[in-house]
Amino acid sequence: MSSVLVPEIPAPGFSFDLCQRNNFLVKKGFQAPKAVKTGTTIAGVVYKDGVVLGGDTRSTENTIVADKNCSKIHYLTENIYCCGAGTAADTEMTTQMISSQLELHRLNTNRIVPVCTANAMIKQLLFRYQGNIGAALILGGVDLDGPHLYCIYPHGSSDRHLYTSMGTGSLAAMAVFESRWKPDMTEQEAKELVADAIRAGVFNDLASGSNVDLCVIRKGSVDYLRPYDVANVKGQRNISYRYKRGTTAVLNKMVHPIIIEGETVRRLETEPMDTSS
Amino acid sequence: MALLSENSGRSLPDYETQAAKMKSFSPYADNGGSVIALAGDDFCVIAADTRLSTGFSIYTREQQKLFPLSSKTILGCSGCWCDTLTLTRLLTARMQMYEHEHQKEMPTLAVAQMLSTMLYYKRFFPYYVSNILGGLDEDGKGCVYSYDPIGHCEVTKYRAGGSAGALLQPLLDNQIGYKNQEGVEPVALTQEKAVAIIKDVFTSAAERDIYTGDSINIKIITKDGVQDSTFELRKD
Amino acid sequence: MALLNKADWHTPAPFWQNGPAPGAFYHFPGGSTHVDTGGFQRSQAPITTGTSVVGIQFKDGVLIAADILGSYGSLARFRNLERVMKVNDNIILGAGGDYADYQCLKSNIERKILEEECLDDGLSLKPKALHCWLTRVMYNRRSHFDPFWNNFIIGGLEGDKVFLGTVDKLGTAYSDPVIATGYGAYMATPILRKAYEENKDMTKDQAIELLYKVMQVLFYRDARSFPKYQLGIITREGGVEIQGPLTLDSYWGPAII
Repeated sequence: MSSVLVPEIPAPGFSFDLCQRNNFLVKKGFQAPKAVKTGTTIAGVVYKDGVVLGGDTRSTENTIVADKNCSKIHYLTENIYCCGAGTAADTEMTTQMISSQLELHRLNTNRIVPVCTANAMIKQLLFRYQGNIGAALILGGVDLDGPHLYCIYPHGSSDRHLYTSMGTGSLAAMAVFESRWKPDMTEQEAKELVADAIRAGVFNDLASGSNVDLCVIRKGSVDYLRPYDVANVKGQRNISYRYKRGTTAVLNKMVHPIIIEGETVRRLETEPMDTSS
Repeated sequence: MALLSENSGRSLPDYETQAAKMKSFSPYADNGGSVIALAGDDFCVIAADTRLSTGFSIYTREQQKLFPLSSKTILGCSGCWCDTLTLTRLLTARMQMYEHEHQKEMPTLAVAQMLSTMLYYKRFFPYYVSNILGGLDEDGKGCVYSYDPIGHCEVTKYRAGGSAGALLQPLLDNQIGYKNQEGVEPVALTQEKAVAIIKDVFTSAAERDIYTGDSINIKIITKDGVQDSTFELRKD
Repeated sequence: MALLNKADWHTPAPFWQNGPAPGAFYHFPGGSTHVDTGGFQRSQAPITTGTSVVGIQFKDGVLIAADILGSYGSLARFRNLERVMKVNDNIILGAGGDYADYQCLKSNIERKILEEECLDDGLSLKPKALHCWLTRVMYNRRSHFDPFWNNFIIGGLEGDKVFLGTVDKLGTAYSDPVIATGYGAYMATPILRKAYEENKDMTKDQAIELLYKVMQVLFYRDARSFPKYQLGIITREGGVEIQGPLTLDSYWGPAII
C-alpha cells in the first residue's frame, strides 16, 4: 500500500530502476558519466607479529587529480582494516557495509571477529554483483590465529598472501616486495618495506601520488599513521594573487527594503529528555 | 542464444587456441606535457614541463620539449612525441635550407607561417602535436603563435597548451590578459613577473594534472640571446 | 626510390626539387614493400615475441639485459632466442617485441655496418646516429600503418659520453639513464630509478648485480619471462661484451602458505 501521503519504504539493496533507461541512452550514443577511480597503489605485508597495510592518497578522474589527500585504508573492526582500490564509491560503501555487519557479528558472538569471516563476507557480497561493484581490496588483520592478509578482487575471488599489492601501482609495489621481502621481519622493517612499496607506486605510477598512509595492526593494538610520510611537498607561490577591493565587476544593484509590520516574542519551554524506555 | 549466434561457424571461445592474436594498432600516442609562452614588449618567455609519459607510466623525467629554431624563435611541442620528433626534425632542416639560400635567419613571422603550412600539409594524417611558437618579431617585440594539430594559427600575447592547457590558460587570461578584472590598469609585463607566473601556474597544474610534473624548462628570448633556467615540480 | 615515384598520399610529394623529399633521407628498409594497392593496409600483429628489455647506465658504460625466451602467444616456444646484439665496437642493442621484425632490422643494421667497414675510413657508427636512424625507420613504418612491432634499447659510448636510448614501434624515442620496456616498464623502472638516484656512479659490478635482481623480479611476475638471460656490457676499457645465457636463481617459498 503506497500513496502520496505514506510513501513505500524502499526495498533493501541497490535500486535498478533506471538501468533500462540508461542502457537505452547509451545505445543511442549518450556518454555515461564516469565514476571517480582511486587509481591507486595499496599494499600489505605480514610481519613477525602483525600486519602492515599501506596506501597512497591520490584519487583521480581520468587525468585530473580529484582528491590530493584521500584515505584509502578503511576501518572494518578494531582488529581488521581494509585498503581499497578501484571505484572510490564502491570501496567506501562496501567497507562501511561490511564494517557494520562485522560489528553486529561481534556483538552476537561476543568474540574477536576472525579475519576469514570478513574475507568471506566481502567476497560473497562482491560475487553476488558479478564484478559490477568495482572494489579491489587488501584485507589485513590480527585475530586469535595470528596475523592474516587477503587480497580480494572485484569479481569475488580472494587469495591469502604474506605480501601483496593492488591498484594501478601494484606492479611497482610488487617489484619492491619481490626484491626485498623476507620472512619474519620486525615491525620497523615491515613499515619501511611497505612505505617503500607505496613510494615506488607514488613516484612511478601517474595515477598514484601525494602521501603515504600506513596502518600497523598488532595483537591488541593498532597504529593508524596518516600521513606516515609526506612524499611530495607542494611548491610555494612566488607572487601574491590577492585582488584589490572592487576588482570584481558589479553587474547590477538592487535594494529590497524589508518592511517590519510587527514584532512578537514567543518563549519555548525546554522539555526534559524522554528516558522512560 | 546470443553466444551461439555471435560465434556461428566458429569454435566456442573456450576452445579457441592460445596462438598469436591480432592486436589493434594506433599510429598515435598521447605522451602528455604542457607548454606556456608569454610575450612582453622586448622579450618572450617560453616554458615546458619535462615529463614524457604514456598511459600511467613515466618514460623519462628530463625530456626537453622546447626546440630553438633560430636565435629569435623557439618552438614548444606537446602531444604525440613521435610526431614531435619528426616535425621538429623537418623544421630544422628547412630552417637550415632557408639560411643557406637567403644568407640570413628566417624571421619569426615566416617560421610561424611555414609551420602552419607544414601542419596543414598533413591535414588527413595530422601530426598530433599542440605547438606553441614564441619569439621576437622583426621589430624586436615579443610574439606568441599557437596552433592546432592541423595548422590553424593564431597570434597572441600569452598562451598555454598541452595536457594541462585548460588548467593553465584561465589563470593567464586573468593575470596577463586582465580578464574579468574591473578598474585595474594593465601594466606592461616584466620578465620577472612572467617567470614568476609561469612557475606558479606550473606548480598548480602539477597538483592536478597527472601528465604535468617533474620540472620545467624556461627560456627567455631577448635581443641579446636566450637565457635558460629550470625549476623543480613535484615528482609524483 | 619507390617512395618518390608512386603517388602515395601518405608520403609527402617532393618539397624540394633538387634533393630528397622528407621521409626519404635514406633507403629505409622495407621501403619496397609499400606496393601501391590503392587502399589501406594492414596492421599486422606480433607473432613470436620477446618480453622486457632493461638497460642502465653506470659510471663508465652501459648494461642491457633481456631474457632468451621467444613466446608464441602464451606458449613458451623458443628457449634460446638471443635478443641482445653487438652492433659495432661502441654500440649494443637490445630488442623486445616481434622477433621476425627484429631479425629483419638486425640484418639491415649488420649490412650498414659492413658497408661502413668497407669504406675503411676509420670512422664508425655512433650510438646516437643509430638511435636516430632507428627512430626514422620505425616512424616511417608506423606512418604506413605497417609497423615494426618492436621496442629497442640502444646503449653505447659516444666519445667520452655514455648513451642509453630507446625507440618503440611508433618511433617514440628518448634517452634516459634508466630504461625498461614491456613489463619491465612497470616492474623494473621503479627499482632501477631508485637505485640510480641513490648511486649515480655505480661500478660495473654493482650494475650487474642490480640487473640480476631486476631480471629476477621480472621472472617472478612476468608470465612471458624465463630464468635465463643475456647481458650486453659496454665499457670504456673493456669494449663490448655479450654475456650469457646467464641463469637466474629463484626462491618460491612465500608463494606456498
